[in-house]
Amino acid sequence: MTHYLLSVHTVDGEVRPSMTEEEMRLAYQPLADLEEEMKSTGTWVFSGRLHDPDTATVVRTTDRGVLTTDGPFAESKDHLGGFYVIRARDLDDALSWASRVTAAVGKPIEVRPFSGTSED
Amino acid sequence: MPHASPHVDEAQIGRIFRDESGRSVAALIRVFGDIDIAEDAVQEAFAIAVRKWADDGLPPNPGGWITTTARTRAIDRLRRESRGRELLGEAARTAATDDPGVPEEVSPVQDDQLRLIFTCCHPALSTEAQVALTLRLLGGLSTTEVARSFLVAEPAMAQRLVRAKRKIKAARIPYRVPDDHELPERLQPVLAVVYLVYTAGLATPGAAALCSDAIRLARTLATLMPDEPEVAGLLALTLLTEARRRSRIRPDGTLVVLGEQDRRTWDRALIAEGQAIVRRCLRRNQPGPYQLQAAINAVHADTATADQTDWPQILALYDQLLTVAPTPVVALNRAIAVGEVHGAAEALAMVDELDLDDYCPFHATRADLLRRLGRDREAADAYRRAARTAPTDAERTFFERGGRGAARPSAQPAVERRRPGG
Repeated sequence: MTHYLLSVHTVDGEVRPSMTEEEMRLAYQPLADLEEEMKSTGTWVFSGRLHDPDTATVVRTTDRGVLTTDGPFAESKDHLGGFYVIRARDLDDALSWASRVTAAVGKPIEVRPFSGTSED
Repeated sequence: MPHASPHVDEAQIGRIFRDESGRSVAALIRVFGDIDIAEDAVQEAFAIAVRKWADDGLPPNPGGWITTTARTRAIDRLRRESRGRELLGEAARTAATDDPGVPEEVSPVQDDQLRLIFTCCHPALSTEAQVALTLRLLGGLSTTEVARSFLVAEPAMAQRLVRAKRKIKAARIPYRVPDDHELPERLQPVLAVVYLVYTAGLATPGAAALCSDAIRLARTLATLMPDEPEVAGLLALTLLTEARRRSRIRPDGTLVVLGEQDRRTWDRALIAEGQAIVRRCLRRNQPGPYQLQAAINAVHADTATADQTDWPQILALYDQLLTVAPTPVVALNRAIAVGEVHGAAEALAMVDELDLDDYCPFHATRADLLRRLGRDREAADAYRRAARTAPTDAERTFFERGGRGAARPSAQPAVERRRPGG
């Protein structure tokens, strides 16, 4: 088994349609079902959704000590919106989960293996 | 018992290496679960073979000898390293039934090759990496040979292979044959890689060996997947194209179009083999892009002279091809057939609709149609554009000379020409 990061990428300026609470619940239901299935099969390790990148703060060490700045680390148009950490048999297994996540969230997913997590 | 043929030369061993190393590497990857270990061990076994076979002659089953020797060598080497001992433990668990003393198990070894093909052509790898891995691991080409074939510097090609193998290991790209429901999707890049190797051999001066490498791979696939009509189609397409390869280029390197080739120089044995496969495909009646392109080539190969060509049949096949592969390149080739059946004016109207400004055959076709319509000035202009976009010197020279008897269909691959590398 290998751990994989499935990261959900969002593009800045994508307008989200305004939804009623009921529509919202319906839209998230497939994702909730999928997460439930990940948990019951022992695939799910961790997952989370992130606030927009303008809520991010960057901390770095410089010659003059620690510098704290506002904003995301990388100035790019697309950014991490949320992620899953899963345990999967191999890449095909991970890709099949990823294709179900992308179908549920309607956004592209990047699949990347964690280093040092291979186990049989 | 050794055969009575001592003094085996290196060229002979080189041929055996190309034919057999893919099978051995595939078997060893199954046993050790590691591509590098498998590759190194097979290399080492061939180095031993060069010395041993020169004295003793060829063993009865050279491939089996290589696999067995490579396996023994790999086990010896792994025993000397601590990480290797762990790996060996795993290998023993997963392959407990394998007796290294048995020279060759035919059916599991065939499965191994099939697994390796699908690993090399996994959609998670770039097309360039798929091609390089397939030629290196299954085709038995050295990194130098792969680099030279695709006009890529050797360090860059070595880097590409290292990166691809690292991804296979880190991301755990599986070593298995896809399930039936995945097969249509997963077979597609496998066929594309083999065809790409073939067309690279056609297009790259001095890389003609790639054509025979591709045919060898297509033959292997056809043996391993006898029930896949598109695999048969791919083999037939490469055989029928190969039959005419030598007549495509004049001794001075310029191009000879299909209509002007000396048909007596075509390889009748390859044509007969390709046409027999096409007939079997037609009976099966599950057409796909490779089978249809093969069928078109089979029709071209059918007549002793170009003017006897059955263009209505070719047009009907292009109609089908356009349905299953609706690309501008297919539409262009279909328009050429329309030109033969319904006239140049109708064909030109179709060609002018296409957005293929960077594609040399597009300009060559326009030039030919314009000339047939007596619009010589526009034709000359189109020939200049064809020369400017020509992928090889042979084609550039041809179009600079005004392309006598320009493009005819099936001289170009109908799948968009993407050259790996660079």
